[in-house]
Amino acid sequence: MAVVSTPPTLERALPVMDDAEVLRIRNDFPVLNQLVNGQPLVYLDSGATSQNPLSVIEAEQEFYEQRNAAVHRGAHHLAVEATEVFEDARQTIADFIGADYAETIWTSNATEGLNLISYALSNAGLWAAQGRGDAGLKQLALNPGDEIVVTEMEHHANLIPWQELAFRTGATLRYIPIDDAGSLRMDLAGDIIGNRTRVLAFTHASNVLGTINPVAELVGLARKAGALVVLDACQSAPHLPLDVKGLDVDFAVFSGHKMLAPTGIGVLYGKQELLDILPPFLTGGSMITTVTMERAEYLPAPQRFEAGTQRISQAVALAAAANYLTETGLNRIHQWETGLGQRMVSGLESIPGIRVLGPSAGKERIGLAAFDVEGVHAHDVGQFLDSRGIAVRVGHHCAQPLHRRLGLTATTRASAYLYNTTHDVDQFLDAVAGVRAYFRA
Amino acid sequence: MSLDQLYQQIILDHSKARHGSGLAGTAAPEGAHTGQSHQLNPVCGDEVTLRVAVEDGKVAQVSWDGAGCSISMASASVLSELAEGMTVAELHNAIDSFREVLRSRGKVSADPDLLGDAAAFEGVARYAARVKCAMISWVAAEDALNQAA
Repeated sequence: MAVVSTPPTLERALPVMDDAEVLRIRNDFPVLNQLVNGQPLVYLDSGATSQNPLSVIEAEQEFYEQRNAAVHRGAHHLAVEATEVFEDARQTIADFIGADYAETIWTSNATEGLNLISYALSNAGLWAAQGRGDAGLKQLALNPGDEIVVTEMEHHANLIPWQELAFRTGATLRYIPIDDAGSLRMDLAGDIIGNRTRVLAFTHASNVLGTINPVAELVGLARKAGALVVLDACQSAPHLPLDVKGLDVDFAVFSGHKMLAPTGIGVLYGKQELLDILPPFLTGGSMITTVTMERAEYLPAPQRFEAGTQRISQAVALAAAANYLTETGLNRIHQWETGLGQRMVSGLESIPGIRVLGPSAGKERIGLAAFDVEGVHAHDVGQFLDSRGIAVRVGHHCAQPLHRRLGLTATTRASAYLYNTTHDVDQFLDAVAGVRAYFRA
Repeated sequence: MSLDQLYQQIILDHSKARHGSGLAGTAAPEGAHTGQSHQLNPVCGDEVTLRVAVEDGKVAQVSWDGAGCSISMASASVLSELAEGMTVAELHNAIDSFREVLRSRGKVSADPDLLGDAAAFEGVARYAARVKCAMISWVAAEDALNQAA
């Protein structure tokens, strides 16, 4: 299977995206072409899950029609073909994020990736205590007195696994706070990330605030402290060019379903030298070298972390999604979505009674906006927008501590992707402007 | 189904003028058996703490504190108004009936003689994502009633 990627020079030569191009892009997404409550669907919930282009749907279908077999076993024709497309998909994703092939691990989703890292780290402590595995594991083990640092803006997926790792190891969990404008308090980060810090886990871009965090600065602080860096790239990998080696993070995770692929597939990136010594999280078939009645020896990464039959068709579909994004151009997509995000925020800010979370208009943010409507609960806002065919997310967006910090329990979030037009945003703003009157707020 | 069928006038009215709202400000009648229940919908953060006071086998008072969407707040208000004066058995019966209507996906219509203003929530049954909003205070009432008995 050929790996299609657009050379950077070609992307530069392409003009900036506009509504006309987006209308053509929309033709690739069958689900967008429907009426909801009698109105054309305006899908502004891609931050939760994105839609699939035909090339992705067809890639999965083609796999089942022509190549379906278990990978890495069996000598028959289909098994060989399935293994080839599965591993080609891994190379495509490695190229997509600037990683090496063996550093690219399939997971079910970002949540599983983060659990994998946190369990591999606590297993490192168990192994080191019994002299098992590489001598370097002792350095990776967490102990009472050690600290794990996260931020106040984390999604529960990048928070709870660290709470539980702290519980298992006796380490302490610390937070980098945010300011009222939704940025990390970098003036405090230097004091929080210190010699006791063993892990620094943070999101690249906030799923609620839209803030893009200063990765280089945070990685610099972590390096000085000798801490591992875990990057939640769920809201960045689908929307902007991601270069994990350039960012110099130790681990990064993201989910396929937020980047035009099906559910059930995600990616964990880890530095080779870490992946090769870390104990596995899930164990079983496909990840071993020798098994006796007493114990087992494990393969190096990536197989070390891929126990059991893998999500083969989803991996193939995720590669097709990455190709779709690469061909459109991540820089162009990022630029387009930035424009949509700014249009949302400046529009929302001009509506009385609306409080936008995160950076104000004109400040850097990704293409999403979460907001509170004075006197109207987010669930009612979402229902009102749905009656106009507009799909948004309501609730705490899996970030309860962040909402509590902002004095809110639930907000409404509109999140754009490459298939949203400026008209979509305007329809959304027009509907939001009618919410308070309807509910007499 | 139109938005106005979901957000009926009665519901919008009750979401503003919340009958029975304010636990701290309403002491339970002296000598009454009370039960209190806290219910939370983790999906949207809707929250209700509801107290039922029973005197001589009758619901003397329903008070509650809550935060949430208009459906959940209106539902608590309507319940509070409806329940007062009912016998314990009547309230249990009303809760069962309300639950049956709400879980029917629109197939069971509400009996206005039994449910009064709560019949206005019939339309909610067609919105699967909102059924819990309407149910939360009724679940709290059922739990509180069992404690008071």
